Amino acid sequence: MIVGLIYLTAFVAAFGAYIVWNRTREARHDFTSLKTVTFGDESTVSANRFASIVSIVTLFALWGAFTGSKIVPIHVPGPFIGDTSFEYTATNATGQTANATVYLRVHPIGEDVALPEATGGNGFARDDAAKIGAWRSGLVKPETNDEGGKEDGYRVTAIDGNSIAPEQTVRFAHGDITMTSKGTLSVKPDRGLQMEPIWLPSPEAVVYRLIEIARDGYKNFTLWDHLGSSLWRVVLGFFLGSIVGIPLGYAMGLSNWFRGWFDPIVEFMRPVPPLALIPLVIIWFGIGEEGKIILLFLAALWIMTIAARAGVSGVKISKVHAAYSLGASKWQVLKNVIVPNSLPEIFTGARVAMGVCWGTVVAAELVAAEKGAGMMIVNASKFQLTDIVIMGIILIGVIGYGIDILMRIAENWLVPWKGRG
Amino acid sequence: MGSLKIDRISMRFDLPGGGAVQALKDVSLELNKGELLSVLGPSGCGKTTLLNIVAGFLAPTEGEILLNGKRVKGPGPERGMVFQQGALFEWMNVRKNISFGPDMAHKPAVETARKVDELLKIVGLKDFGDKMIYELSGGMQQRVALARCLANDPDVILMDEPLGALDALTREKMQGLVLKLWKETGKTIILITHSVEEALLLGERLLVMAPRPGRIHREYNLPFADLGVSQDLRMVKKEREFGERREEILTMIWDMEEEIMGRQEDVA
Repeated sequence: MIVGLIYLTAFVAAFGAYIVWNRTREARHDFTSLKTVTFGDESTVSANRFASIVSIVTLFALWGAFTGSKIVPIHVPGPFIGDTSFEYTATNATGQTANATVYLRVHPIGEDVALPEATGGNGFARDDAAKIGAWRSGLVKPETNDEGGKEDGYRVTAIDGNSIAPEQTVRFAHGDITMTSKGTLSVKPDRGLQMEPIWLPSPEAVVYRLIEIARDGYKNFTLWDHLGSSLWRVVLGFFLGSIVGIPLGYAMGLSNWFRGWFDPIVEFMRPVPPLALIPLVIIWFGIGEEGKIILLFLAALWIMTIAARAGVSGVKISKVHAAYSLGASKWQVLKNVIVPNSLPEIFTGARVAMGVCWGTVVAAELVAAEKGAGMMIVNASKFQLTDIVIMGIILIGVIGYGIDILMRIAENWLVPWKGRG
Repeated sequence: MGSLKIDRISMRFDLPGGGAVQALKDVSLELNKGELLSVLGPSGCGKTTLLNIVAGFLAPTEGEILLNGKRVKGPGPERGMVFQQGALFEWMNVRKNISFGPDMAHKPAVETARKVDELLKIVGLKDFGDKMIYELSGGMQQRVALARCLANDPDVILMDEPLGALDALTREKMQGLVLKLWKETGKTIILITHSVEEALLLGERLLVMAPRPGRIHREYNLPFADLGVSQDLRMVKKEREFGERREEILTMIWDMEEEIMGRQEDVA
């Protein structure tokens, strides 16, 4: 809620600052403002680099600010950590009152600290000591060391002079105290607005975890084994899907019989999400490597078939006519005109197929796997190792993006004529 | 010797909803080697259909095409075709496009390369051999299309509105090039066009076709193509006879168009 509001504010502020800055610039050379004439024209809308950079910086700044990161200078208030105390007033069975102090030591989770000293007190009341982990709450039982504390009629009546009764909550210097129905004090030091690392670790914690896992591995396999096996499955499944799908697509584009025979199958399988096949694949082939490759093969197959079919059907008839009237045989037309003409479509299909395969492999590994990017994060989530989960998600995103970039580079390099026919 | 004979060609297309369209009816024509024929007519007169039949892309319902006495049964390298646009292979560079015919016939590479060099010079693209098709302007692309067709050394060149998509200035330049190539190579050429001026300029013989059913309406023998070989084309256009012919043919085509419109109104 608060995060959303801050994010919205950052968006509006950055946008406003940019507009103001842009306006001062346009006042100097005024012609760019004429661009608004083409408002609504898709071709005039391109990603604003400045906005992209500010957006990423904002995301990391917010992440850092809410996790107490050291790489960000400004933080939202964190949980209270340190020593504090409050005074309680107790009434014993005979109606006498006495005050004593409870010394609290709030420490970061996982750190071993000593109890604070507590030796004073007046009357029958004795000082108490307690330690509480940050973001946690702790129970304090003043009656245990007070004289007559076990007798009926003994009760705590006030905290720092503010009266308290069972089920009531009173503030002290660094948090809230609620009295339970049995008279025990439940102390809840201030939590601030920062997220606890088990919910959201700081950016540097994720980076450290990445370095650690890159060095030591996770669950018997190195990080490269996990990522590599996912990638290997994708590449192999995609490759198999392509070597079956592309010739099938060509056959469907060139022959009525093939088109008729395979159209119902392809058109039926196309809208079935590959994820829906996971249960069947597991039943048939188990959770091993074989099943995953077959799943990815199926994920890539239909996409590549349809891309190849579209590539063949999309050939301009005048190109085929031209080749024939230049003396080419049927086979030569196929090799020199239809195949190269279909390559741009096939590349588009390949990019889509790689994306789908990558998504499918991660999902399949979430269900069951010995190693792989998906297995890594689902395993870590069972032990609430949030830093590994976040690291895994980022790596999966980076690799998916990397695959797409590589495919685009390959496309520009191999089919530079795309869209220029 | 070396003649193209179009013998009583008829073409009917069956419509999907039943019925049929008579695209061509009883078209006969004979062309001698080296003749330049332009074909003109309102849309729907079947001129592109006729060209596709001569090229062998379509089989006529009746009649036959004879080239040098041999019956045409399908597309072949002895009948080259130049399309309006977009028929070049954009995955090949200019040289590869031009050498496509010889390459398909497995002609010796050295000989083909020499031929391509020569053709590049003729069509004025000497320094563009290694460019990709999409790097060229529309006019340059049509020069490549002409060169590609000539590289195969066909007996007949069929041109389907080859200059239709070009701007006026480029078009005039290209008309000069077509005439030059015609004279230098001595090829038989059939050129289909929408432009009356172009048909007059580039037609030793001019065929005006009429629609519904597609048929030959009138034939002319014209002097302008020969004049254009040695003269500036703009000078040719200034000739009195050129102007008269243009008016005459324009009126003829307008009348045909009006007749079609009238008939449609009658139906309505």
